Amino acid sequence: MDLNKSETDVENTWCPGCGNFAILQAVKKSIPKLEEKGIKRSDIVMTAGIGCHAKIFDYLNLSGVYSLHGRDIATIQGIKIANPDLKVITFSGDGNGMGEGFAHTMFAAKRNMDMTMVLHHNDVYALTTGQFTPLTEKGWKGPSTPKGSFEDPFNALLMILIAGGTFIARCYSGELNHLTETIIKAIEHKGFSFIEVIQPAVSYHAWTEYKDKMEFLENEPSNFEEALLAIRKNHKFTLGTFYNSKKPVYHEQLYGEHNPITKKVTQEKRIQKLEKILNNL
Amino acid sequence: MSKAKEFVQKKETKIIKGNVAAAYAAKSARVQVISAYPITPQTTVVEKLSEFVDGGLMPGTQYIRVESEHSVMASVIGASIAGTRTFTATSGQGLFYMNEMIHWAAGTRLPIVTTIASRGAAPPWNIWADFSDVINARDTGWMSAFCATHQEIYDEILMSYKVCEDHDVLLPKFVAYGGFILSHTSKPVILEDQDLVDQYLPPLPDEKGWPQIFIDPDRPMMHGNLIMPSGFYSEFRMKIQDTLMKSKEKIKVATKEFEKIFGRSYGNGLVEEYHMDDADVGIIIYGDLALQMEQAIDDLREEGYKVGMTKLRHYRPFPTEDIIEVAKKVEVLGVMDRGTAFGSPTGGPVSSDVLASLYNTGITTKILPMMAGIGGREVNVEQQKEEIKTLIKMKETGELPDNLIHGTLWDGILEVK
Repeated sequence: MDLNKSETDVENTWCPGCGNFAILQAVKKSIPKLEEKGIKRSDIVMTAGIGCHAKIFDYLNLSGVYSLHGRDIATIQGIKIANPDLKVITFSGDGNGMGEGFAHTMFAAKRNMDMTMVLHHNDVYALTTGQFTPLTEKGWKGPSTPKGSFEDPFNALLMILIAGGTFIARCYSGELNHLTETIIKAIEHKGFSFIEVIQPAVSYHAWTEYKDKMEFLENEPSNFEEALLAIRKNHKFTLGTFYNSKKPVYHEQLYGEHNPITKKVTQEKRIQKLEKILNNL
Repeated sequence: MSKAKEFVQKKETKIIKGNVAAAYAAKSARVQVISAYPITPQTTVVEKLSEFVDGGLMPGTQYIRVESEHSVMASVIGASIAGTRTFTATSGQGLFYMNEMIHWAAGTRLPIVTTIASRGAAPPWNIWADFSDVINARDTGWMSAFCATHQEIYDEILMSYKVCEDHDVLLPKFVAYGGFILSHTSKPVILEDQDLVDQYLPPLPDEKGWPQIFIDPDRPMMHGNLIMPSGFYSEFRMKIQDTLMKSKEKIKVATKEFEKIFGRSYGNGLVEEYHMDDADVGIIIYGDLALQMEQAIDDLREEGYKVGMTKLRHYRPFPTEDIIEVAKKVEVLGVMDRGTAFGSPTGGPVSSDVLASLYNTGITTKILPMMAGIGGREVNVEQQKEEIKTLIKMKETGELPDNLIHGTLWDGILEVK
């Protein structure tokens, strides 16, 4: 696998005009910028779930695992714990990450796992052609809800904040520069970083549903309470970083500076340690 | 005629997809609770049902849209225990994700019917016809049937409720058919008159369902409690095996009764033979590949070969007695699997079971385990004719083909390093 190219040769099967193209583009643009900051391309590892979002795995030329429905969030945590030197990203759809993978998402935030989660929020199970997701607005009509869904949607940012995430932002596929900058910030952030990307699936939602409604946060919140208010007050079309704070990360609390892969304990060392214990008995 | 009566299903033939046939069967069966989560290639089964329910065509049916397949099975278990006729559909990974609840459904003896638009197991990611999903649920206590045609999907679902809800059975059942090949292609399907379906499959005995298992405030009952090794756990397990074995007879009766009312026959329900009586070479095959194999058999018969096939309709319970009779009829018998049982004697689930069935019977028929169509790999009639010719050659020379992989012929496999 030649990592010098940022894109693979796999044929792209997203619908023309899909908001996913912007996410792919933003990640591709962020990689050289991360390299300038000393992050090696080969140290970036990704996972994806199942859904239209997950096709990004086929198109991005990075190492990783094309996981299963929702399970990408757990898999990426395994990768991080095994080798904390890696910069890990998971790509997840709103059905994938807030539905089938919901528990994994909440626990990754609770642990402040040092990882980035990009939530492709398109308000639809697009790959199975049109069912409502946990984030779809009430009343939306799809083939599984001909009369319209009557469930209230989740507020993803609110749930991540309450669960313990430390970097929380909302971006939009139509704001490519902001998206790219936020992805870079999220990857650099030490702790659980979460970007909800509003990403129109044009076969089910028109760009006009989003285009003129987008606005940026006037003032980025500076603490938890402000973030809580801002996330509750601002509807899903408000973009920006809602929360950015520091908290101990999971792997460092687990084993400090250790790295199970690069600082693997040799057999000789293990025997020395055992002997020390035995001698002290 | 009252206006409402106009909406009641009359006998008609519709050109519909296999998934739509499954949805119509659930409607004809008057299921009361449907729980749904989308997964390819099953999705259009539950979409069609949501159209029926939201469109008012299934009055009295509740439709729950849940957050995962695991919740799907958990919620139909709840609905079934509460005393309703339940239905759901899934595929591949969706079925795998349900797994712990599948065991639970059988252990509690609930007559849940679930259709599987079968697909390959990931990784690598695969959504095409392969029965590895339903085969993976083999040891859970569920019955399982394979369908070869669109009509059979509709019919088998009705027959399945009949068997599952029999008070001497009370076990759940999978009705599986090849993803895309049957789920997404259209064929004429006879939808039966609702009155006739009601006659074959009456509504539940009373509004509270099955007396042995339902939760009734007048008669408090618990399900799933811890049982110590000295308790009745072993006996509960033994009874599942005992019931599954006895359900073979129930399946035969339900199939016969179905034939009497609707005029369509499916062998004895467990297996369906095709030109086996005078054959000296035969093949056991299941799912949509069986339908196409009929063509291959016809062609070879025209060329003068005495060949036949047996369509396996039920995988669990396994029709051991029928398999023995089939094996007696021929000198060479191929067993074609579209699905894997890794590490088993042959690698194929059905071929392994066929070998086990013939142990200690004194039958000397030569058996060739075969695999084809894994992960939706195309299998055409010409290829199937060649498969049968391989068996004919085995009969003529008395020798096994020389390209076997651990004793099994993997047909249509590409060369790998």
